[in-house]
Amino acid sequence: MIQIIQQIAFALLSFAAIFLFSKKVLEIRRNILLGKDEEITDRKNERWRNLMLNAFGQKKMFKNPMVAVLHFFVYAGFIIINIEILEIIIDGITGHHRAFLPFIGGLYPIFIGIFEILALLVLIACIIFLFRRNIVRIKRFNHGELSDGWPRSDANYILTFEIVLMSLFLIMNAADQSLQSLESAHYVQTGPLWISQFIQPLFGGFSETALIGIERFCWWGHILGIFVFMNYLPYSKHLHVILAFPNAYYAKLENKGKMNNMPEIQQEVLYMMQPELAPAQTDASAVLKFGAKDVMDLSWKNLMDAYSCTECGRCTSACPANQTGKKLSPRKIMMDTRDRLESVRQNINQNKTYQDDGKSLLHDYITVEELRACTTCNACVEECPVSISPLDIIIQLRRNLVMEESNAPQEWNMMFGNIENNMAPWKFSPDDRDEWTRS
Amino acid sequence: MQIKTYADYTANGETPEILFWVGCAGSFDQRAQKVTKAFVEILNHAGIHFAILGKEEMCTGDPARRAGNEFLFQMMAYNNIQTLNMYEVKKIVTTCPHCFNTLKNEYPELGGNYEVISHAVYLQHLINEGKIKLKDGGVFKGKKITYHDSCYLGRANGVFEAPREVLESLDADLIEMKRCRTNGLCCGAGGAQMFKEEESGETRVNWERTQEALQTGAETIASNCPFCLTMLTDGVKKNEKEETIQVLDLAEMIARSL
Repeated sequence: MIQIIQQIAFALLSFAAIFLFSKKVLEIRRNILLGKDEEITDRKNERWRNLMLNAFGQKKMFKNPMVAVLHFFVYAGFIIINIEILEIIIDGITGHHRAFLPFIGGLYPIFIGIFEILALLVLIACIIFLFRRNIVRIKRFNHGELSDGWPRSDANYILTFEIVLMSLFLIMNAADQSLQSLESAHYVQTGPLWISQFIQPLFGGFSETALIGIERFCWWGHILGIFVFMNYLPYSKHLHVILAFPNAYYAKLENKGKMNNMPEIQQEVLYMMQPELAPAQTDASAVLKFGAKDVMDLSWKNLMDAYSCTECGRCTSACPANQTGKKLSPRKIMMDTRDRLESVRQNINQNKTYQDDGKSLLHDYITVEELRACTTCNACVEECPVSISPLDIIIQLRRNLVMEESNAPQEWNMMFGNIENNMAPWKFSPDDRDEWTRS
Repeated sequence: MQIKTYADYTANGETPEILFWVGCAGSFDQRAQKVTKAFVEILNHAGIHFAILGKEEMCTGDPARRAGNEFLFQMMAYNNIQTLNMYEVKKIVTTCPHCFNTLKNEYPELGGNYEVISHAVYLQHLINEGKIKLKDGGVFKGKKITYHDSCYLGRANGVFEAPREVLESLDADLIEMKRCRTNGLCCGAGGAQMFKEEESGETRVNWERTQEALQTGAETIASNCPFCLTMLTDGVKKNEKEETIQVLDLAEMIARSL
């Protein structure tokens, strides 16, 4: 009877967890698609290559090999242990115990052994990561937008969560083995498991009931934890475990120095220079807005960037403006974009369609001073392990500032004037351009 | 200095091998003019038939575009492309990485398609092909040199090795800064910062970068960009090291070693 209740409870919980997760994923998809269209369908081979190298192979992480290896453990653990979760789900629904064992027999303890080693590596890596964040206090994890509040806690919650999940998995297997040695019904013989056999002595002298209690507690804790984790992901910086892949695929392939063209302005200038090419009637209904003021003016790739950001701060550590004490932080640009996008999401959920809330990404989230500090050096773009371009967002906001608000420092206005009148950013006569040949 | 313009060549029914795109800094800035002249000296030494646009050259629009003024950029691009296409220019060499980036990456989709080469890469070709011979035991032999990657040649376009090979041909002792190649730190001038006061902070980007260059113990800081040259020279002055440390462009260093 208890068995049946467990099975039904499990099925209901799995359904609820997957349902909620899917709902949230669709909502994020809808949110990303609030961005402007940008067709990215070219050079598929290079895109797959980037996906394999930068997302699957985590190439950028290997700039710091120690951290890269630890992160790789957590990531490999995350992916491979999912195979074990498949078995847990089948067990949970069917009421079997270790459903895969009869199919692979002698290989079974080897598989579980590998999972256990990975679990141990994940556990160790997460402890080291917590240590780096909270004891060593690495600057990029404790500075600026990560000095307190949700972003800091989010990272610690995730690491603690992983440690708890891995511990539950190992303790569960240890209790299982004690039950096997007691030849408890239901607990099939697997032979000694590589890591958990060393935990097993802790349970010496425990009664069968106590052991079953421990085993069931860990089993349920482990799988419920995973369901909770899954539904926590979309609210967390940890969404990068999923979005790093599409983000690597859709990353820009041209030289980093190339800025996106604005064809609407290109055309307008063409018509100004060659009026004979201009159409007789222009469509006055199409009100153009130059650059980006809010998240809806950015492209969907920019918005996916925002959801992919793992707030590691490599961009900010490399930013010349930030490193010399300016207000600009490329990580904050991404976090602000996501925060604004989330407030737009809530706005849409409440009002069916977006209702003007008098706020915008520019000014209310990202200030002019931040934007003005950027040297467009591409260090942030180069650093990002998940192929984000904070620079692309900065440039679009700058375009809005200058072309919509005429908001530029006096020196820039002079520079614009000089280029327009003297064909050079300084106030020299264009007739003197070749003066150097005569001196 | 007798330098022919593209118009001069065309008038004689000739076509030069390359167009030397001087850029605004190279044309007007006194310090950068020295780099321009040094590069011309090298071109003449190598017997390259080159032309400049002279008065017909205009700002590429790079600072306007990066500041956010796309209209102005498009206007400059339109005019320059008209001129370049009128002369049917095929190959452009430039001493400014900002011009290089704009001409190479941003003009093609506006109708300007040319082979664009940075002077660092061009110098490397000239040396490798034996078109310029450097003196044995030149002025930089055994001297400590550190090389500053400009953002627009380095990260923006992935040119890291050519300038270093040029420096190695001087038999100098090349010492890298801690942040170099893809990790190189900006001089602080890019993104139209050159034309405005820096935002407030703890220090200036060029001071920070110059500190790092000075820490290598190098006597010469090599650069490939007129803006970096200005920024690093300012940094050296700030440290009151202008008597002992010189900031030079690759072209100047090669010209001095001919």
